[in-house]
Amino acid sequence: MLEINNLACTRGDHQLFSGLSFSLSAGELLQVQGENGKGKTSLLRMLCGFLAPAAGEIRWRGQDIRDLDEEYYAEMVYLGHLNAIKDELNALENLRISAGLAGCEVDDKQVIAALRHMGLRGRETLPVKVLSQGQRRRVALARLLVGNAPLWILDEPLTALDVGAVGLMQELIGTHLAKNGMVIFTTHQPLEVAGVETRRLTLS
Amino acid sequence: MTINWFKYSAPSTFYGLAGKLVPWFAWLSAILFATGLYIGFFVAPTDAVQSEAYRIIFIHVPASIMSMFLYLIMAGYAALGLVFNTRLSSMMASALAPTGALFAFISLWTGALWGKPMWGAWWVWDARLTSELILLFLYFGFIALHASIDDPRRADRASALLAILGSVNVPIIYFSVKWWNTLHQGSTVKFTGTSMHVAMQQAMFITLTACWLYAIAITLARVRSIILERERNTQWVDELPEVRS
Amino acid sequence: MNRLSLFGLLRLVINRDLMLAMRRRADVLTTLIFFVMVVSLFPLGVGPELGMLRKMAPGVVWVAALLASMLSLGRMFSADYLDGTLEQMLLAPQSLSVLVLGKILAHWMLSGLPLVLMAPVLGLQFDMSVQSLWVLIASLLLGTPVLSMIGAVGAALTLGLRGGGVLVSLLVLPLCIPVLIFGTGAVEAVASGMSVASHLSLLGALLVLALVFTPWVTAQALRISME
Repeated sequence: MLEINNLACTRGDHQLFSGLSFSLSAGELLQVQGENGKGKTSLLRMLCGFLAPAAGEIRWRGQDIRDLDEEYYAEMVYLGHLNAIKDELNALENLRISAGLAGCEVDDKQVIAALRHMGLRGRETLPVKVLSQGQRRRVALARLLVGNAPLWILDEPLTALDVGAVGLMQELIGTHLAKNGMVIFTTHQPLEVAGVETRRLTLS
Repeated sequence: MTINWFKYSAPSTFYGLAGKLVPWFAWLSAILFATGLYIGFFVAPTDAVQSEAYRIIFIHVPASIMSMFLYLIMAGYAALGLVFNTRLSSMMASALAPTGALFAFISLWTGALWGKPMWGAWWVWDARLTSELILLFLYFGFIALHASIDDPRRADRASALLAILGSVNVPIIYFSVKWWNTLHQGSTVKFTGTSMHVAMQQAMFITLTACWLYAIAITLARVRSIILERERNTQWVDELPEVRS
Repeated sequence: MNRLSLFGLLRLVINRDLMLAMRRRADVLTTLIFFVMVVSLFPLGVGPELGMLRKMAPGVVWVAALLASMLSLGRMFSADYLDGTLEQMLLAPQSLSVLVLGKILAHWMLSGLPLVLMAPVLGLQFDMSVQSLWVLIASLLLGTPVLSMIGAVGAALTLGLRGGGVLVSLLVLPLCIPVLIFGTGAVEAVASGMSVASHLSLLGALLVLALVFTPWVTAQALRISME
């Protein structure tokens, strides 16, 4: 379970938010809302431990994530604005490496299955630089399929995706929640998962 | 009586305290400089080997000592700021850097001035001069890194790491330069070739103390402006009489 | 699904960086060509007298190697920083230090090792004796990894900064001076008939020291720079 107590964030001289508290338990879906510049990405980066909170604490299973460090990282996946894929490598290599960085040793079969699930059949061995923006995003999203971390932190997962892929994401999140996963995400597009209530957190 | 040190580690309280201390340190430093240099230039006897030229040591030696100590102190403050996340220590570190660099520069400059009559060359690759030059480079690195990062928190932390790395390296650099120097058998004239007269020792001690006081005064003055700059959006800065007017 | 071991992570990172470099070979070659050019410019600058060149050779080769390795430092983390891979690396559940060590080793294989292999050829331009050439290779082999390691800290600290390339040299070059001194010292010692053991063992000590501390320091620097 993820608990946030009285969290505050400052960038430079500017206070983005303060006194933020919420918690997330297994099977819950949380959407972080707010206008541009209200600190959505900063909040997610804080949850990843990139940013130190100006005040407050973030606890995972009762312990501060700064103390847990690598134990916490084993239980979460973060998908940022940037796809974290290399143009020079093909989709297969990219996914195998990102799974490796996330601590999972996967074989080609699993990787190919994940890519196919994301609708990239036949694109597995093409260099990523010839893929479209949406297809690259799909390669990045395929990372969610090769790990088994319970906490997903997704920053604008739907950028550049077409309607079909958005549907795929909804289904993916639905399955993850059904397996007692947790998802925190930001989006400017509507994202509803059947049978799950989306909790909303608005930063203002 | 116990003093609450943490009270003074808050920039808002320290600002006032530093303001009160600066004139004292500055005046004491000026008086001691005058005394030390007077003794050094007029009272201390002429050296048998180096004649009048040796008198530059009353500036050169304190400056060299200061430049080395200030680097360590700077690294210490930077490390405190990095480990305990205290803003004031990081501000102290960045306030110390220019003064340390200045002392390193003075040390090199006076060393060159002394070298010309002694060695017949403005610059000799003597172990101590070379180490001092490298120390100046280390100061430049610290200042340049701090200056090129816009976010003050990242700037403090990144340059703190550099300062710590530098201070770990300083003994290695000093040892390697000495080793290099002995291998190449350069012309090494020893400063301490003759025993020092009492007046010389006194003058040196007094100017060294003056340098310390100067360093403290200028650092406190500088840290005050850094505090003002960093805390410009806070209420206590707005309420300061010098800011209001 | 198996958990990846630390050694597996190290191998993964090295393989990845080597594979990326092989798909972008020009970068590796430019560093090497820079090294060859700088060394070859010296005789043009100071004259072709063999006695002087022989005396200068170790210093020239070492300084050129130092500059060439500075040149390639900018690439160590910047590409990963720009495409978001570095974020994922910081979230690696294994040790970030090991991951960084992998990147440093890959960087050395791509920028340091080619210099070591090229150095004897350049040494011949300077009429170095066979014995001196062997010592030159040994000193470069021990010293260039230290340059990559110290350089990694600098590269991590200057990540994403304007003018980072020049800045990183400013930060790193003074810290590399001991490596330069012991590296050239070893070759000079053998040329004047002295034992090289002390120089090489000091270089080895620097290597061990750097190997123990710099990956961790670089990891901390990366965390600071990613804030």
